[in-house]
Amino acid sequence: MRLIREFEEHCLEKALAGTIVGGIHPYIGQEAVAVGVSAHLRADDVITSTHRGHGHVLAKGADPKRALAELYGASTGLNRGRGGSMHAADVGLGIYGANGIVGAGAPIAVGAAWAARRAGHDDRVAVAFFGDGALSQGVVLEAFNMAALWSLPVLFVCENNGYATSLPVDRGLAGDPVRRAAGFGLTAAAVDGMDVEAVAEAAGQAVAACRTGAGPHFLECATYRFHGHHTVEHLMGTKYRDDDEVAGARARDPLTRQRARLAPEAADEVDAEIAALIAEAEAFASSSPGSDPRDALDYLYAGTVPARPGA
Amino acid sequence: MPSLSYVAAVNRALRDEMARDERVCVLGEDVSQGITGLTKGLADVYGTGRVVDMPLSEQAFTSLATGAAIAGQRPVVEFQIPSLLYLVFEQIANQAHKFSLMTGGQASVPVTYLFPGSGSRSGMAGQHSDHPYSLLAHVGVKTAVPATPSDAYGLLLSAIREPDPVAVFAPTLLMGASEEIDDGDLAAVPLGSARVCREGTDVTVVAVGHLVPIALQVAAALAGEASIEVIDPRTVYPVDWETLGKSITRTGRLVVIDDSNRMCGFGSEIAATAVEEFGLTVPPMRLSRPDGAVIPYALNLDHALLPDAGGLVGAIRAVLR
Repeated sequence: MRLIREFEEHCLEKALAGTIVGGIHPYIGQEAVAVGVSAHLRADDVITSTHRGHGHVLAKGADPKRALAELYGASTGLNRGRGGSMHAADVGLGIYGANGIVGAGAPIAVGAAWAARRAGHDDRVAVAFFGDGALSQGVVLEAFNMAALWSLPVLFVCENNGYATSLPVDRGLAGDPVRRAAGFGLTAAAVDGMDVEAVAEAAGQAVAACRTGAGPHFLECATYRFHGHHTVEHLMGTKYRDDDEVAGARARDPLTRQRARLAPEAADEVDAEIAALIAEAEAFASSSPGSDPRDALDYLYAGTVPARPGA
Repeated sequence: MPSLSYVAAVNRALRDEMARDERVCVLGEDVSQGITGLTKGLADVYGTGRVVDMPLSEQAFTSLATGAAIAGQRPVVEFQIPSLLYLVFEQIANQAHKFSLMTGGQASVPVTYLFPGSGSRSGMAGQHSDHPYSLLAHVGVKTAVPATPSDAYGLLLSAIREPDPVAVFAPTLLMGASEEIDDGDLAAVPLGSARVCREGTDVTVVAVGHLVPIALQVAAALAGEASIEVIDPRTVYPVDWETLGKSITRTGRLVVIDDSNRMCGFGSEIAATAVEEFGLTVPPMRLSRPDGAVIPYALNLDHALLPDAGGLVGAIRAVLR
């Protein structure tokens, strides 16, 4: 959690300064979800992620140096500077990418789980992370149906941070997420997404059940993002949450809560380790070469197609 | 010589590739029954674990194929009608197609999208009559429109073996077509390779899909009047510019006939490139559906909007004038 928090604070600063172009969707406040779930995942398990993907990508094991380099558009980045914040991926680690379309990763995760079963990897799990807004996307509900029909090992993790961009969840979502998922035949539960141990406990049970063939699970994690939907909100002064509400959530900061459970020396040790990692990532990313504009369309196809120039 | 139908050729390609490569699977609605004919009998041979009937969830199963492909499978997704492309455009154009570049080449998405019964189906009206291959060509998804059974076989084979997403459109008006060919002569046809169907020296006619046999009939009928070269690009993306360019430069005259809507359609692209690069001696002609066409129900209205032999004769005569 500390790594995600520090990485994101660093990115926030760099996005507001313009070093990171396109801005970011900060995950700050939601770290317990990515960490609690990923604690139970192996390198060969698959995840699909959201716009707000840094936390998932780091928790699944991506190299923070290359993750930061990606945000700097460097050729050393996870995606060689072609994906940036919204598409960060490390396919070798089962990270099938953050995604710029809400809910789009859910059926991709179902496909990965289906493929794993076809290939005989019955205990491989796919996790689809998405926000509360994605529960209004038909494709997510279609994915629930298919995973349940075929009893696939998929864990659907809904990070309910209360807002779909600026739309409060009670103005965008009819009914209750857990009951909705249960209606499709998923084993569904809700958990305090601001408590990493609570998430880890619930996710651990769900992942273990998935691995043993119990079919898809759904976990609603009640969480909160401390910052805006996107860094543009800072620049535009957009405000749709009152200060008391944000302060109330900050009082439940998952990092503070977890720190209280650790010996102070151990927590300090983690802090020091993470500070060094972030400094190392910054040094790596800021000294990495960019890409040659003549190579802008490299990787468009795996097979050869000579693209004609536009001008 | 034995006769091979278009539908049987597609079915044979699927059967052969499934036998050759364990990773190839077929996903779609009614595929175990083979309602369109293309997948008929495959479930009996390969089982419903590889020929998988999907719920009516086109968006989800299109992306399911993406996830499965990244994870190492080679899915072929069959769509019952071509207009379903509009429903799954996000999943093809925005997810599958972009994955390789956005991840810096970490993985590609070897999915084949099969659109049987594409184009007007005579009386099926507005939502079942489109022939939307130009849309995928515009986006940059590799797209084939085979005009013969042997090309249907060979292009589908290449599509399945390609590491990138590839769409294959099987035109309605060819689904009943047959060709005299020995099974042993069937072979993969590389994407991006045009076929010169008839050689000629006065004018180049580029025709797509079911319009290829029509162009050949017209060329034969006008043989006393002009020497007409007929070229089938076979894939509308990528385009075999080398073969097209050689022909058009030699004849100096071009007519394109394709079943796209006129605005931003495939014919526009061929005509524009010919004007820019191939030294035309007269302006090119395009035959297509009208701008933004929606096919009406009444048959005479349906047929009125489609490019046909009569229009082609007029266009050839116009460029020869």
